[in-house]
Order: sequence, then C-alpha cells, then structure tokens
Amino acid sequence: MTGEVRTIEIGALTRVEGEGAVKVFVREGRVEDVQLSIYEPPRFFESLLIGRPLEETPDIVARICGICPVAYQMTCVHALELILGIEISAEIRHLRRLLYCGEWIESHGVHMHLLHIPDFFGCSSSLELARKFPDEVKRGLRLKKIGNQLVEVLGGRAAHPVSVAVGGFYRSPQVNDLRKLAEAFRWGIDASIDVVKWIADFEFPEWHRPCEMVALQNTTEYPMNEGFIATTNNAQAAIRVADFEQVFREYQVDHSTALHSQRVPSNSAYLVGPLARINLNRPLLAPCALQLSEEVNVNWPCFNPFQSIIARALESLHAYETGLQLIQEYGGCSPSRFQYEPCAGEATWATEAPRGLLYQRIRTTADGKIEFAKIVPPTSQNQRQIELDLIHQLATRGLTDDPTTTLACERLVRSYDPCISCSTHFLKLEIHNQ
Amino acid sequence: MNAYSVKKDWFEPPRYKPRLAVFKFASCDGCQLQLLSCEDELLELADKVEVVHFLEATSHIEPGPYDIALVEGSITTHHDQHRIYEVRAQSKVLIAIGACATAGGIQALRNWGDHTEFLRAVYAKPDVIDSLSTSTAIADHVDVDFELRGCPINRYQLLEVVISFLAGRRPRIPQHSVCMECKRQLMVCTAVAHGTPCLGPITHAGCGAICPRFGRGCYGCFGPAGQANCDSLADNYLATRSNTQTLVPLLRNFNAAADEFRETGDRVDEQSDSGVAK
Repeated sequence: MTGEVRTIEIGALTRVEGEGAVKVFVREGRVEDVQLSIYEPPRFFESLLIGRPLEETPDIVARICGICPVAYQMTCVHALELILGIEISAEIRHLRRLLYCGEWIESHGVHMHLLHIPDFFGCSSSLELARKFPDEVKRGLRLKKIGNQLVEVLGGRAAHPVSVAVGGFYRSPQVNDLRKLAEAFRWGIDASIDVVKWIADFEFPEWHRPCEMVALQNTTEYPMNEGFIATTNNAQAAIRVADFEQVFREYQVDHSTALHSQRVPSNSAYLVGPLARINLNRPLLAPCALQLSEEVNVNWPCFNPFQSIIARALESLHAYETGLQLIQEYGGCSPSRFQYEPCAGEATWATEAPRGLLYQRIRTTADGKIEFAKIVPPTSQNQRQIELDLIHQLATRGLTDDPTTTLACERLVRSYDPCISCSTHFLKLEIHNQ
Repeated sequence: MNAYSVKKDWFEPPRYKPRLAVFKFASCDGCQLQLLSCEDELLELADKVEVVHFLEATSHIEPGPYDIALVEGSITTHHDQHRIYEVRAQSKVLIAIGACATAGGIQALRNWGDHTEFLRAVYAKPDVIDSLSTSTAIADHVDVDFELRGCPINRYQLLEVVISFLAGRRPRIPQHSVCMECKRQLMVCTAVAHGTPCLGPITHAGCGAICPRFGRGCYGCFGPAGQANCDSLADNYLATRSNTQTLVPLLRNFNAAADEFRETGDRVDEQSDSGVAK
C-alpha cells in the first residue's frame, strides 16, 4: 500500500496544501491502513536555491509558506551565520525572538479563530460562527491583527517580510514604533487569557493513545530560534540538531508529494507542533501562560490531538507576554546587521515554526552561493502520525459509510493545524474493501 | 497580457448577492491569506458577497457558477492544466492574484533549470509525481479579466478589486513604479545615494516601497510596472554600480517569467562572462 521505505538524499520541499483525501483500507471489517493523500504540486525550493547568492536565501525560502514565512527565514539565517562565523548581538537575538512572537500570534490566530474553533460549534466557517459569537470572532481577528502589526513594524509586511538579513536585519525598528504596540499587547494578554479559558471549556473527544512528540528544548527559555532536540520518549536524550538526519529520516510514499519522516532506527512515526513543544517545555512558559496551564483541565503531558488548540491558545498568550517584555526592553539595535566575507561551508539549524520543528541543512560555496539545501518542514514530518491517529480513531468509533465518519476524520486532521487545513475542508473519504 | 488590461467591458454588478470563489494552484497561500488578513473588513465583506468556495476559510462549498473567482498560484501539473479550464468555465469574472498567478512565481525558475534533475533530487520515485517542466501564469492558459500583482499582493488592493466589482467599476490600481511610492515618502534614493541596484524604477507599485524603507534595494516582487524600460535600467546599472552576477538573479526571482523581466534578464545573462548566473 505504502511505497517502499528508502533513504533520500535531498528532502522534498513541497508545501502540503492542496487536494487532500483520506483513503481507508479495510480488510475483513478491520481498518488496516489509512492514507492521507496530499497532492500539493512540488515547487522544488531546494533545487531553486542552488547557485543563488546566499543573501537571497531568506527572501526565497519565505515563499515556501505565506502563513509562516518568518520560520523559514529564521532557520536559514541562523544556519548561514554558523557557516559564515557571524555571532549576532543580543539585540538582534531579541528582535528575532520578537519577530517570531508576531508570527506565532498571527499563525496560531488564523488556525484557532478562523479554521479550528468553528468545528467546536458545528459551524462551517468563522463567518458563520460570527453570527453566533460576534464578539469572540472579532476578538480573535483583533488578536491575529496585532501579530500582523508587529511583523509589519519589524519587517515591512506580514507575509514575506523584507527586513530579515543574513547577519541581522536590513534595518532595525525605531524604539517609538515598537513602543506604540505596547498598549495593544497589554490588551492582547488580557484577551488571550479569556481565549484560553473559553477554549479550555470546549468539549474534547476522549483520547488515550500516546505518541512520540518531538520539539526543541533549551535550558533558559521556551524554544523558538534555538535549542537541541528533545523527545517525550526519552526525556534525558538531548539530540544535537546536527544529528537530525541520523535520528529522523525522510522517505517517499506514493500517495503524497510531501515526503514522510520517521524515527531511526525504530522506523516509527512522531509528532511535532505546539502540543509537543508545551509537553517538553511547559515550565518555561511566561508567567500568566504557565499559571493558566496549571488551572486548565488538562493532564500534562497531553497526548490528545484535539486539545492541541489549548496548547496553541497558551502559546499565543505566551507570545503576547514575551512580546510585551521584549518591546518594553528594546532600546534600539546598532549595528542592525553584521558584515561577513563569503566562505564555503555547511551547517544545520532548527527552529520552532508555529506548526513545529523546522530543520534546514545548507551548504555554500567560497564565492557566496548556495550549493545545497535540505529543508524539512513540520507538517510533512507529522503525516504518518496523523495517519496512525486516523486509524486509531476509526477503529475506536467504528467505521460507517456516512457523513459523520468523514466529519470526524476532517476534525481530527484539522486539529493538527497541518498546512493542508484548507484542503481538509473538502476531504474525500474513500473506503476500499479488500 | 499586462497587469492592467481589463479584457472585456467591466460588467454590470449582479442584482443578487454576488458569489465569490477562491481557487489555489501552485503557491504558498500568502495571497489568499491576504483576504483573511483584512481583519477589519472581513465580516463586512462577508455580508456583501456570498463566499461559496474558499477552502482556506470555510467548509461550506457550493458548485459554480461564480460571479467572481480569485485565482492564486501557477500552473505546474497536468491536473491543474485541466482544472483551470473548469474554473474559467464556471466564472463570470476571473481575477489572477499574485506573482505565481500572474507570472509563474518563484517556481518558474524551473523554466531555466533541468526539471528532470529537480525531480530526481527530491524524489526517490520521480515517476509517480505529476509535475510539468514549466510553471506558467494563469493567463497563459485561459482568459483572465484582471491581474493583481505582488508577492504577496497588497490586501488593500485586493479589497479595491473586489469592491470595484461590487460597484460595477474598474479597479483603481495604479500602474506606476515603486519609485513613485518611494519619493512620496521622501526617502533617500537607495540607488543614487547608496549605489544599491534597486528595481524600484521598473517595478509595479503596491508594496509601499518597503524595501527602500528598510535600507535595501527593491527586488521586484510586484513584477514589471507599466511601460517599464528594463533594458535601459539594466544597462545603466551594469555601467555604474552592478554586474551581471548580481543583476541576473535580481531580475530573475519571484517574477522571473514576467515578459519584461525575463527578456532583460536573459539578455543580461547572455552578456555575463560565465553565463552561469541563475
């Protein structure tokens, strides 16, 4: 059913929106396998980068995703700076963390308020939900908007910001421009607290099936731009990002243009994303988010994919709190960018995109061109785990050939916030009896 | 076709609530996301149109016909080659949004590369992948009523286009260059004062000149402006502040396959000593 497992030299860089379908394979009434088919046309970013001047990398990789361009930019500039021997200043570090906060707020905001919450009220969209809960939807839109505004101040525009440079920023923001956002962030913290409380009271399906969750971890702060790789299966094991490809392996399956990924040597699936992050890093949440995480009715570590929306809500609050602190501490950034001499080299880096761990390996030539790039986005890593969870869900609830089965599958898939959120709206359920 | 032509006479607004659809081809979703980023206008807009096909926003899906179809992304698969015909057949007005839909996008760089090699580099089994050796604009396949440029598009321009339809008038999308937007903000010219090769003089307005504002040259993500004289600018830059190694990739990025950028980029590439600048 699935393709043979092979090691592939260069990973795919297919974004995973597009036509989505779930194929369920049944033998003698038992669900034998599930295929989440993704037919997003490949765009070949890793090949397109080859031969390009390295300073263009952040602009090009941003175009992989219109929802989380900053994640791709952040990962590549850190990898390139490692090659070039650039040590960025604390100010640049803080600005990058702030920029990432803006993207988490915006991306989590889109998923929670526009894509996911309508599911809990049986609505087809936030537009329909707005008829029942106008204030809540408007609050969600405003929360998302403030994230966009922060990215706009730091990067000129929310989608594909233009300020991120290898070595720092093309220009750092004026202190006053950032401070103007402080008031909105104070409102955002209060509103986000209400959102967490609102969402935590939703009804969630039961789920008793742990899986391996993987996220960055570091000793001092909730992970965004840096860390080592941690897993819920072995809390003691700190995996170096440089060893990523020894521990995780991409492989192609016939039913998806996005490569799958698995643990080595166990060949097992794993999950990245907000639930993985919070399970592995909860004590490092900002104060209000940490306190609320203890008050909500969730047993940590939480393995219920439906409750990942609570993780997203807590992380949005965390990003608002962290963002406000960084805005208040900001006193300018000079120089905004460090100069460098091009050199040949190779480096790896990983950051935490809103949807989870994002890994890149980049090699440069002596004259400052990209020679090789490998990019492993979060959603492609999650594909197999989503399939396994679908098998579990169908086995638990029983298989009926009616719309409720389709809806249940759709809701489960959407709860992972895959970059195929949009395609799962017209999820086609095919049942193959064998 | 160029960005501002409206091929047929702008239409009568329908008497009923117009049916809006959004379609995605090969793209990053950034342009359709601009519709969701109209946070202050979204709910109001939803009152004015009936959203009947917008997969990123709603599970409520109705079949065509559509009064207005916004199409994001470029054509890169056999499947999409056929799908765009269906979309066109169902749509009274078809508007291509963004650099992918209007020029093939960054993925059109494959037009200069070895597609078979690209496939082999990524996939162990390239045979099962449906992918064309080119990435092309929507207008290369079907008639397009309006093209809105940008990577990503400007959400206010998108609103202007949709509102224009509702009002039955032509969209007011200025065709001038980024230079105009830059000068209006009283910015110091990055090309003249800093010697940075900036595509502002030949790039379509709409971004608000953000790159010069952030101390860097425009990299042309809104595609060619009206009457852009790309050859002249390229010759000037080659003579004064740049070389083919810099200029070719600058002209050949998110709108690489837009006619004006492509022709000048190819010409400059031929002049390059190595001929390998990509």
